[in-house]
Amino acid sequence: MDFLSVAYALLFYFAAFVLVVGVGRKIVQYARTPAPLKIPTTPAPTTGTGVVLRLGREVVFFSSLFKSNKWTWLFGWMFHLCLLLEALRHLRYFTQPVWGWVVLVQPFGKYAAFGIVIGLLGLWGRRFFVDRVRYISAPSDHLMLILLLSIATSGILMTFVDHTDIVSLKAFALGLLYADWQPIPHDPLLLIHLALVAALMIVFPFSKLLHGPALFFSPTRNQIDDAREKRHVTPWASDTGTGAAG
Amino acid sequence: MAKFQTPEIKEYPVIPRIREGAMAGLKPLTAKPDHQRALGFPGELMDNWKEVAIDKMADLLGKYRSLPVFLDACVKCGACTDKCHYFIGTADPKNMPVARQDLLRKVYRRHFTFAGKYFPKLVGAVDLTKEVLDDWYSYYHQCAECRRCSVYCPYGIDTAEITMAGREILDSVGIGARYSNEIIGKVYIIGNNLGLPAPALRNTLEGLEEDVKEDTGVDVRYPVDEKGAEVLVIAPSADFFAEPHVDGLIGYGKVFHEAGISWTLSSYASEAANFGIFIGSYENMKRVAMRIREAALDLGVKRIVVGECGHAWRVAYSFWNTLIGPFDFLDPRYPAPQHICELTYDLIQRGALTLDKSANDHRVVTFHDSCNVARATRMGNKPGGQLTIPRDVIKAVCNNFYDMDAGTIGEATVCCGGGGGLLTDDLMELRVKGALPRMQALRHVVEEHGVTHMAAICAICKTQFAKVLPYYNFSMDQIISVHHLVGDAVVLGAKQ
Repeated sequence: MDFLSVAYALLFYFAAFVLVVGVGRKIVQYARTPAPLKIPTTPAPTTGTGVVLRLGREVVFFSSLFKSNKWTWLFGWMFHLCLLLEALRHLRYFTQPVWGWVVLVQPFGKYAAFGIVIGLLGLWGRRFFVDRVRYISAPSDHLMLILLLSIATSGILMTFVDHTDIVSLKAFALGLLYADWQPIPHDPLLLIHLALVAALMIVFPFSKLLHGPALFFSPTRNQIDDAREKRHVTPWASDTGTGAAG
Repeated sequence: MAKFQTPEIKEYPVIPRIREGAMAGLKPLTAKPDHQRALGFPGELMDNWKEVAIDKMADLLGKYRSLPVFLDACVKCGACTDKCHYFIGTADPKNMPVARQDLLRKVYRRHFTFAGKYFPKLVGAVDLTKEVLDDWYSYYHQCAECRRCSVYCPYGIDTAEITMAGREILDSVGIGARYSNEIIGKVYIIGNNLGLPAPALRNTLEGLEEDVKEDTGVDVRYPVDEKGAEVLVIAPSADFFAEPHVDGLIGYGKVFHEAGISWTLSSYASEAANFGIFIGSYENMKRVAMRIREAALDLGVKRIVVGECGHAWRVAYSFWNTLIGPFDFLDPRYPAPQHICELTYDLIQRGALTLDKSANDHRVVTFHDSCNVARATRMGNKPGGQLTIPRDVIKAVCNNFYDMDAGTIGEATVCCGGGGGLLTDDLMELRVKGALPRMQALRHVVEEHGVTHMAAICAICKTQFAKVLPYYNFSMDQIISVHHLVGDAVVLGAKQ
């Protein structure tokens, strides 16, 4: 085993650890923090099933964003859908034998990378050309797009221009999963691609990428509109007296 | 008072180009030390305000899930940037919902996140300085807590929650807005926002009975503090005071009269509005609301009905059960507080009212959905009843009704410009500019359909429009209570 292989193996264990523990901690924080008052944005569902459907529409179709801005929706939805296809396609590097449906995804996933790039460029363009969006963009917002674009571009180059040794790469990936380390191909494009993916995993819990898990905890979206029917009580709020003034 | 220019209504709604600092100087008067202390806040800015503010932020982050979730989740996609009526009217970028949130978010990041502690420049995190605090005071009082942004945010981020947190932090270090805090104090001492004492209230209501008798020849009653009445009506105190509000109150009375339902107002709980919500103070909101429970128990009523008041209906519908429930002492058929529109709608459905729609034939009416009714409450059993029931009531009493542009009504309704504790003369510039989207939509139906009146079910909306309509070359009496329309159409004595 050479140094690079060990370094990348350790990097991915570290990145996975940070991702899982970091996001896990945020989820625990969100889950434990009470929502003392009923604040669904209405009209809101009056049943639990209705809330599941509402959140489902947000997750699958970005329904609120669609109401808001068709361009942002188009680019954002295209990016996320293609990212999903691409992520599913990548399961082939972690499964042996490759699952049947992952094989089916492969042709779509291959070209989804271009959807990712187009979506990201569209979103990035807004940060330059729409004065309102330019105003609210911090350096980290640009960097996040650069990071994602770099991952997508290095991936595209490997798929369509300069193939890497995919058999060895799969051996490396499976080796990580089964704690049976294998050497990583010394291919600059691949090493860049993987390092950036690891970086993405590491920054996830400390960045706006938390929007993923956070959506499920958003009280305006996940609460049932039943304030009159059911008394909603949380500990600190019900202990709050009314003689506070003095 | 500073001069300002009323925005021009263009042919089509226009999203302005940003003008940094356009509203930077504008802020409401601050509350006097006595008013602050009466609400349990420090009298003036504390010496160690910085630590207290950060501690308060930590406290709120642990108390309200909405805060950490909303502060973390924003991706700066820009979906909300053109949705705030104050941004549309002022072009100040800090009036874009995301930028308003960022005023708090940048301090949150600095003090409570890894990225902000170690890479502040990268993520736009800053320390809490006096400058930031002043920005909070200014721009958290340029938000009407109307929730329009929350409709369009892909994560449901509600800037109202951030504004409330911002105001609560400001109050906790000793800086409060005079308008809201003085009014809450009046509720504690006198029982209503206007500071109208019980004898004056009784006097007003007697006068009202005489007026209605003179107009109609019928003895319609406007009772107060009558034990054993079936219904306690909690109306905004504006209803006791002036047009267009008082005509709504007259309408409630006629409805009860015709339906044969005994009702009463309370001099102890003579206020529907609950300004505790505006300042984000759970304690004060609960204390204001508690008067209503006490009055209901004291008077032995079987039902509680809330008058035409927007944020009041939000507090009543969404929060009362939590704050002052359970309502197990009420009639099991009406176990929860109802809106006056729900009551009237039910009576109309049951045929309990005889209505002469032609009484409103000289009016062509549109309806302004009040922000907090539309986006934070419900009426009836179905989602969206808060949008359909008031319209159904209007259509039942009025032959000429036209809705305004779809993007400005229903869940997309634009705030009147005076909501959330901003209905004060020291913010007149903001109120006039913030009314632009609504005035634009109104102008459209006036030209298209000859609309003469805009009906509303909120005391703030009515007061605000009465004041700002003239700035846009409308007349102040074009704003009207829904129950004014109802009251004019009810045929008195028809059922007896």
